[in-house]
Amino acid sequence: MEIDISKPILDRNERLASENRALFDANDVFVLDLMASPGAGKTSTILATIAALRDRYNIAVIEGDIASRVDAEKISAHGIPAVQINTGGACHLESDMIKRAINALDLASLDIIIIENVGNLVCPTDFYLGEDAKVMILSIPEGHDKPYKYPNIFAIAEAVILNKYDTLSVFDFDEPEFRQVVHSLNPTAPVFPVSATKGDGIDAWAQWLIARIESAKAARSLSKGSDVS
Amino acid sequence: MHEMGIVASILDASVEAASKQGAARITEIKISVGELTEIQEFALDFAFTAMTPGTMAEGAILTVNHIGASSRCVSCDVEFEHGRFEIVCPKCSGFLCELITGRELSIDSIEIDDAPLDAKPTDGDETNEDGSNADTASGAGE
Repeated sequence: MEIDISKPILDRNERLASENRALFDANDVFVLDLMASPGAGKTSTILATIAALRDRYNIAVIEGDIASRVDAEKISAHGIPAVQINTGGACHLESDMIKRAINALDLASLDIIIIENVGNLVCPTDFYLGEDAKVMILSIPEGHDKPYKYPNIFAIAEAVILNKYDTLSVFDFDEPEFRQVVHSLNPTAPVFPVSATKGDGIDAWAQWLIARIESAKAARSLSKGSDVS
Repeated sequence: MHEMGIVASILDASVEAASKQGAARITEIKISVGELTEIQEFALDFAFTAMTPGTMAEGAILTVNHIGASSRCVSCDVEFEHGRFEIVCPKCSGFLCELITGRELSIDSIEIDDAPLDAKPTDGDETNEDGSNADTASGAGE
């Protein structure tokens, strides 16, 4: 006998992600899921982004790593609330981990949460966490051919940060080809060349992010307005 | 490579549905996987083979329905199939397209059987070891 089931395999993850999303919406918190390989400069980019936005927004960071508190400590050292998630071997964050992490944060006092996903160009792409936007970082030393090899992450990111741009001259990185492949995968995603540790290029990225945050907040207050009426 | 977690989710949903029907075992599980997900079928098969023994789905077949990628052009409404790259409208060459299919990851249906895998000629239609799985999944009907 055949029994119809017809539901997403990641049903539980999607359900918990929607619950996270409802909490973020209720507290008017914008959530960014930042994905990249290990060593691409996720934490440095987050620190540079915090420096650019902290006068304007209250920010917290959720750090996803297989082990250690190294990254959360780096963020906390700058006076920013940081929650470390240790996945204990899992290659990506899932929505129940985020759910537990946000219990440790005062959502009402926050404007933005930046989630640093586990360093991986594959698995984080299939898991919705309740975020407003997924953005990815590629660093110059990784090579311009990465979009051919890991197309999905480039396809689902709303923006691509090209980090360690100051090393362009010493690596065989074909930037026009890189931009062309990214465009073929994801025609609307802007590419932001930055050198996170030096702060170069952060301004353009930060301006894009501010516009993205403000449009999300505007959409939220519109939908709240319509709920009331 | 998160196929173990995927298979665990598939088994949870299948065992829950089969238990509700009072089935003894699951003989087939049908799923749909979109071309644009990061699921590798050999890893999925490996995880399925490794994780099903001792469950109601021991010996079951995993059937995968592959779904290709397709999009609709926002400007001229044309629907077209495509791969991972070059998602461009074949009519107007526009690149603002909405994805219609390709990101599916769903469990569609299961085939169940009333007879246990190692059906003994003795009496009783109670499941044996499978009962433990049924327990965890039983409870509220709706």
